[in-house]
Amino acid sequence: MIIVGELINASRKLIGKAIEEQDCEYIKKVARDQADAGSNYIDVNAGIFVGQEPEYLEWLVKNVQEEVDIPCCIDSPDPNAIERALNVHKGVAMINSISLEKDRHDKILPIVAGTDLKVVALCMSDDGMPETTDDRLKIADKLINGLVQNNVPLDNIYVDPLVQPIATKDTFGVEFLDAVESIMNNFKGVHTVCGLSNISYGLPKRKFMNSLFATMAISKGLDGLLINPLDKQMMANILVAETLAGRDHFCMNYLKGYRKKKFEF
Amino acid sequence: MSISKVYDAVLEFDDELVIEAVEEEVNNGTNISNILNNGLINAMDEVGRLFSEGEFFVPEMLMAAHAMKAGLDVLKPHMSADDNESKGTVVIGSVKGDMHDIGKNLVAMMMEGAGFKVIDIGIDADTETFLNAAKEHGADVVCMSALLTTTMPAMSEIINKIKEEKLGYKTMVGGAPVTQKFANQIGASGYSEDAAEAVELARELVK
Repeated sequence: MIIVGELINASRKLIGKAIEEQDCEYIKKVARDQADAGSNYIDVNAGIFVGQEPEYLEWLVKNVQEEVDIPCCIDSPDPNAIERALNVHKGVAMINSISLEKDRHDKILPIVAGTDLKVVALCMSDDGMPETTDDRLKIADKLINGLVQNNVPLDNIYVDPLVQPIATKDTFGVEFLDAVESIMNNFKGVHTVCGLSNISYGLPKRKFMNSLFATMAISKGLDGLLINPLDKQMMANILVAETLAGRDHFCMNYLKGYRKKKFEF
Repeated sequence: MSISKVYDAVLEFDDELVIEAVEEEVNNGTNISNILNNGLINAMDEVGRLFSEGEFFVPEMLMAAHAMKAGLDVLKPHMSADDNESKGTVVIGSVKGDMHDIGKNLVAMMMEGAGFKVIDIGIDADTETFLNAAKEHGADVVCMSALLTTTMPAMSEIINKIKEEKLGYKTMVGGAPVTQKFANQIGASGYSEDAAEAVELARELVK
């Protein structure tokens, strides 16, 4: 399971403030905490700063990587901001994200084409948000084929089938889950990733619902999550879900987790 | 007295019961606008209040709106021009580049529930689409939604155009990254945090 730590996002108040005040220490602490909690990538987002996004994104990457030895997930639709962040990035970054929206697609494709960068392929097009499994598969198919033709190997593609709020339509959970399954089966070697919080929009006790939905998605093959890795309950759930989904040889990770007291809160 | 039956049925999200209660009132000869305002619209106001307070959640708001609509359909053939007097006309859409529609749909639905005439121009709507719809339908209020920091500037463009052409429409903005501060910056008439608040704001603006 690839865990992308989601906390360094400028739309979160304390992060936005730290960026504005150029408070390196706070950013480094949040990066360190997320890395210690088991993140494989640290997401960096400075999207609220229109005009200053490139400068701030570069600053975030620098500070995160001065503190931790893991790659960043560069979260921006702006090619200039991505390029500046990549210039200072060490190791292989993940780009979040390309989509089938023409403008975004045309801007991001040249950045990832022929490189060994990882890329999140978001199932969204100019026709709007996908609702059904089929909508998602059609977009995923075009995105994956386009990327592969531009020399991005399947193993570097993380399809995000796009989670929609279950509060607004009963079928939104199952359409997403079936899409994960179909994408993983139809494009062997590709990955799937998603954020979870959308599923519980408009409902109470969201953490509980998000965590259970992660478990269900993992059972369908999902192998990447953009989450708050400091949420111990969520991390424990993911660990057990992977064991139960048959992705934990001789339950070794489960037992390791037990000995590290990961199931005690 | 039994208008309360209509009101209660909406708050129980029970389409059948709403239809039954409205039919009963119509047959009793109760004033149509009385049924509409004190039965259906008042009930939706209560739904909005409970939603803002965190007592009700999105699915309950959707079901209540559905029940309200079922009642409205019964009422419509009986409405005279007077009863049918709209509370105002609202043009609503997600701005250019923005594919998000859930929040926008909730606002549109609650506006309808409050008796506004709602023109929903959908997602990814550019300035021209907003203005054309507003002109065609004689809008009182233009509501813009943006869920992305990258699409928020499109709101400013629409507001500027409305001012430039001296069209006089009131403007409302909303969506996750949008704040009161941003609304002030771009000169919107108002900002609201959720769908229930949006209804209150629209009422204020058309006064």
